[in-house]
Amino acid sequence: MTQSKTAPRAQENRREALIKKIKRDKYLLAMLLPVLLYYVIFHYIPMTGAIIAFKDFKPGGGIYNGEWVGLRWFIQFFDSPYAYRTIRNTVLLSLYSLIFGFPIPILFAICVTEIGNSKIRRTVQTVSYLPHFISTVVLVGMITNLFTMNNGVVNGIINALGGKTVNFLQNPGWFRTLYVGSGVWQSFGFNSIIYIAAINGIDPSLYEAAKIDGIRKYQQVLYITLPMISSTIVILFILQLGKLMSVGFEKVFLMYSPAVYETADVISTYVYRKGIESSSYSFASAVGLFNSVVNFLFVYVANCICRKATQTSLW
Amino acid sequence: MKRVRSSSSPSDVIFNAAVCLIAAVAFLVTLYPFIYILSVSISDSSAVYRGEVFLWPVGFSLAGYKQVFQQKGLWTAYGNTIFYTVVGTVFNLIATCIAAYPLSRRTMVGRKFFNFIIVFTMYFSGGLIPSYLLITHLGFYNSRWVMIIPALLSTYNVMVCRSAFAGVPDEIIESAQIDGANDWQIFHTIAVRLITPTLAVLTLYYAIAHWNNFFTPMLYLSREALMPMQILLRRVLIQASTELAGGDTQAFENQAVATLQIRYVTIVVATLPILCIYPFLQKYFVKGVMLGAVKG
Repeated sequence: MTQSKTAPRAQENRREALIKKIKRDKYLLAMLLPVLLYYVIFHYIPMTGAIIAFKDFKPGGGIYNGEWVGLRWFIQFFDSPYAYRTIRNTVLLSLYSLIFGFPIPILFAICVTEIGNSKIRRTVQTVSYLPHFISTVVLVGMITNLFTMNNGVVNGIINALGGKTVNFLQNPGWFRTLYVGSGVWQSFGFNSIIYIAAINGIDPSLYEAAKIDGIRKYQQVLYITLPMISSTIVILFILQLGKLMSVGFEKVFLMYSPAVYETADVISTYVYRKGIESSSYSFASAVGLFNSVVNFLFVYVANCICRKATQTSLW
Repeated sequence: MKRVRSSSSPSDVIFNAAVCLIAAVAFLVTLYPFIYILSVSISDSSAVYRGEVFLWPVGFSLAGYKQVFQQKGLWTAYGNTIFYTVVGTVFNLIATCIAAYPLSRRTMVGRKFFNFIIVFTMYFSGGLIPSYLLITHLGFYNSRWVMIIPALLSTYNVMVCRSAFAGVPDEIIESAQIDGANDWQIFHTIAVRLITPTLAVLTLYYAIAHWNNFFTPMLYLSREALMPMQILLRRVLIQASTELAGGDTQAFENQAVATLQIRYVTIVVATLPILCIYPFLQKYFVKGVMLGAVKG
């Protein structure tokens, strides 16, 4: 009997406490209200809108309009040769970007911090960040005009050295090289900032002690610098692995042409062509949803590994 | 074990040489395209035609610049980009602060739930098509607001701003509460003022994103009067449009060279403003990277 009396009272007390808290935090909650509205409209409604991947969307009747068709679009995608091609291209572009783009900033950071003259060091650093700030459109504009067969300077240099003109832009064999190379060019300096900071944070007494022991400079790098920044390296590497199935849409879209689709067409550009250009909204949503789910799984697994390995995690 | 104390053993010499070599290569490879593009843009067009420009300008002529500056389309696009950047960034900053401050308050009711709702969007999205259908359905197609409202908040930036607010000492907030200030007053008279360094970084991040935004206008804007710079740049630089060359290409020896030089001029005109202010802002960018890293 006593129990049944106290239970409702405890519940009432909790509710009262909650109302009290809401009253106390009314300004904070009022501030959050427009923010939540934004997230619901521009993030959560599109998430629910993804159900048109299981429908046959008909324009003109809201964003959910259409009849249920189950997994038809997914089956259609995986039955087509485009599934293999776009998934392969997506993974290969990120994988090559990782293989070449990941170690270079580390190498560069080590070299920069080894430069004795501070003026030269700062100049090299400042210049290395420069490409990070030009837009993707300008970057791709630079690639197309520097590498073109028609008066492009790269072919000009090749010709001057006695080589034959290379058709960089229309040849599928060159796309990945250009994509990854320009990506490294644009980001190695900026990505090195975090490593330079980590190296500068190493206790100088370690180096002094090593010097007294007569250690070589390359040994300093191998036995002091690299071990001291290894946790930074591991975290960034795992987080990059989580992005394996997502390639930035913009750069591929601006760089590619039908002549190089074989190596250039990735999932996001395929979704764009199917959905926006050919208005196959449901089919494109299905492909996009597949990509979102896989991305999420990759990031989730990467985060779990990261937490286990280093006790740091994204959330 | 044999210990050698000399500071210039052969291995150290090789090491130093390798460091210098790598740094020099990185420096030259980064800088070369910029110098080349600038050189072509101010060279004599006949020298460009003969393929004589490899590094430094050959001859001197500003004909390309004259041609580009005469085109009205360039100024419209420039004006639009400046409008989207300024208005968009102001909206971004207000929204980011309003979102981040409550989330930073440890005692707020429902804090974990609200945080989850916001952070989850960083890792999962409905994809391009549902967003596209929604945004066009809401009547944003060919409206200036499409450049501002759908990208009102970047969740990553909200997280950076939240950790800055979390760094405001509790004692300051408590003493303001004792003085009778409510949360709104504490927010806009005290907290925002204490995180100005972070706000400077966020301003830069948002402004650069607006300045470089190409995807949104490509999807949602088709009216010429609303076009920002990046769309015009794509047409001129990548799709080989000759619109900025004007009709007067006879002034050049060769049509192809004329358009080529015009393109390099366009790159300079579009990039120079950012590269000019860049050295002054550099330290904020570096700081921004560290803010993101500390978040953990």
